[in-house]
Amino acid sequence: MGAELGIYKSCVSARSTDKEILKFAQDGGIVSSLFAYALDAGIIDGAIVAANKEFAAKYPAKCIQDSSNFDMIEPFRPIPAIVNTKAELLAAAGTKYNISPNIALLKEATRSFGLDKIGIVGTPCQMQAVRKAQLYPVGMRDVGASIALAVGIFCMENFPYQGILQLVEDHAAMKMESVKKMEIGKGKFWVYGKRGQVVQLPLKVTHKYEQPGCHVCLDYVANLGDISTGSVGSPDGWSTVFVRSKIGDSVWAKAMAAGCFETQPIEKVKPGLELVTKLANEKISKNKKTLEGRATFGVGKALRNPYI
Amino acid sequence: MADKITVGYTHLSGCTGCTVALADNYAGLLTLLDKYVDLKYMPTLADARHIQKVDVSFVEGSVCINDKLAVEEIKETREKSAVVVALGGCACYGNITRFSRGGQQNQPGHEAYLPIGDLIKVDVFIPGCAPTPQLIRNVAVMAYLLLKGTKEQKDLATAFLKPLMAAAAEGNSACFCDLMTKVINQGLCMGCGSCAAACPVNAITMEYGKPQGERDLCIKCGACYHQCPRSWFSFDVVSNYEAINEAIMAALQ
Ligand SMILES: Cc1cc2nc3c(=O)[nH]c(=O)nc-3n(C[C@H](O)[C@H](O)[C@H](O)COP(=O)(O)OP(=O)(O)OC[C@H]3O[C@@H](n4cnc5c(N)ncnc54)[C@H](O)[C@@H]3O)c2cc1C
Ligand code: SF4
Ligand code: SF4
Ligand code: SF4
Repeated sequence: MGAELGIYKSCVSARSTDKEILKFAQDGGIVSSLFAYALDAGIIDGAIVAANKEFAAKYPAKCIQDSSNFDMIEPFRPIPAIVNTKAELLAAAGTKYNISPNIALLKEATRSFGLDKIGIVGTPCQMQAVRKAQLYPVGMRDVGASIALAVGIFCMENFPYQGILQLVEDHAAMKMESVKKMEIGKGKFWVYGKRGQVVQLPLKVTHKYEQPGCHVCLDYVANLGDISTGSVGSPDGWSTVFVRSKIGDSVWAKAMAAGCFETQPIEKVKPGLELVTKLANEKISKNKKTLEGRATFGVGKALRNPYI
Repeated sequence: MADKITVGYTHLSGCTGCTVALADNYAGLLTLLDKYVDLKYMPTLADARHIQKVDVSFVEGSVCINDKLAVEEIKETREKSAVVVALGGCACYGNITRFSRGGQQNQPGHEAYLPIGDLIKVDVFIPGCAPTPQLIRNVAVMAYLLLKGTKEQKDLATAFLKPLMAAAAEGNSACFCDLMTKVINQGLCMGCGSCAAACPVNAITMEYGKPQGERDLCIKCGACYHQCPRSWFSFDVVSNYEAINEAIMAALQ
């Protein structure tokens, strides 16, 4: 294939040099460190992230919530939020393996939140949404030019909240509120409890809980982010980082100069780009097959294909 | 200037919000008029108001079929323009004017309003209520490149305009329900939230990561569906976002 990793200017394995960020981050703390630096340097004046209930309790005015009563919001249910400080970034760090509609805040960020230079983190599909909003701003007046740093995170699939609930509570037999961290890696779904217990589930158990919309997704490594990052390819606690656009290149160079990250050449680390490429190809070819299947789904009737 | 494109603006039953959105390009609009566009007629921003032969005409507003003059104007617009662009929700989809039941002052008999595509063939849609200055700008630059650009620029403009042309061919009514029938029910929604951000009346909230529409609030503008990355998405165009954004900004310098 060759296009599976998207266009990039450079790729490294990296880790934040900020020990506090690493304590809260999912992997190498790339996303939180980039935003912390960009806030400090005035590159962004706020960032859209996926927060949670504790965050919403502390900073209610910075979130958009759905119609759920506050009491009904479950642990690990993401709440899109705007952060302006490092403390807020830390409170929203870490991966929530279910849908956080971060783009829903993109316009409001420039309105009631008054941001002129927005940072946003999101899955590959959300980076596609950001770029569509810039090129075809049908309902996104005065938004496109305000996007100052879009950080994409790798993504194989995502889950509806109820899917993750079933995986954690039924399959892993843990209470949601006792979970410290979830992770997908090394072919397993990992659930880490606050009291130190660890449960692993084979990925084949997880597949039926994935959201259907992910099965037509043709991007694994956030090809349209300014910078994109994920754990795959790098050693534990480190992240693989693709620097893609001119904006990404400039921000990454400045953050490096400011000492935000330690890096290793991606060619020197195990398992390296070989695994990233393999997984990207697996995802893309599986989902291309799904799209082909949709074309002949009924009797002489196709399901819609969004790609033109 | 010889290689400008000629443009007209027909104003039917629209609130002038589309006109204001166009004007809100500020200096960009002046550059457009300076370098690329010879504005032949337009009720608000030009002296001439009568419809003339042009390369591209923009139409704001729906057509009131109880108003003979409006019906004549939309037909004449079609006859005299190589390309007709429906600008804004009302021209594309009827939008808020679909809620008219007549009886208003000072034309109580003006009751029935149709999107222009119900009366004439339309080539390009710019949906949105109001349409955004930036999408108007992008389409205007692309229309220029399509008519006057190099081969390469023509190809880019064709690819860029393709989904907006497909929208014009696809149908003349819009609703939150388009997300239901063409995205969610089709198993395509991935919960990004673009639709909720795009909706001008905040009719959409994201419940457990998926859009719910307050259907009584919906004014039928079509912004949610067209902003959705799973309504239509071209990798060829969007993957090239950096170069296209730069080219558009450079054109307006
Ligand atoms: C659904 C999902 C699937 C993923 N799949 C893979 C994979 O297959 N391979 C891989 O290498 N990496 C995957 N990742 C990315 C990985 O889990 C980390 O998020 C990434 O490496 C960033 O870690 P970090 O330490 O740099 O970021 P941190 O500093 O921990 O920051 C992470 C940021 O992401 C935001 N965030 C958390 N959850 C979401 C969400 N659901 N939607 C949008 N933003 C969110 C947080 O608010 C925070 O700002 C996935 C992430 C998600 C959300
Ligand atoms: S798999 Fe694709 S569609 Fe699903 S959340 Fe990840 S990036 Fe979005
Ligand atoms: S914009 Fe489309 S994909 Fe995104 S949440 Fe709305 S309907 Fe779903
Ligand atoms: S839900 Fe909102 S954006 Fe969608 S058609 Fe209705 S008014 Fe327009």
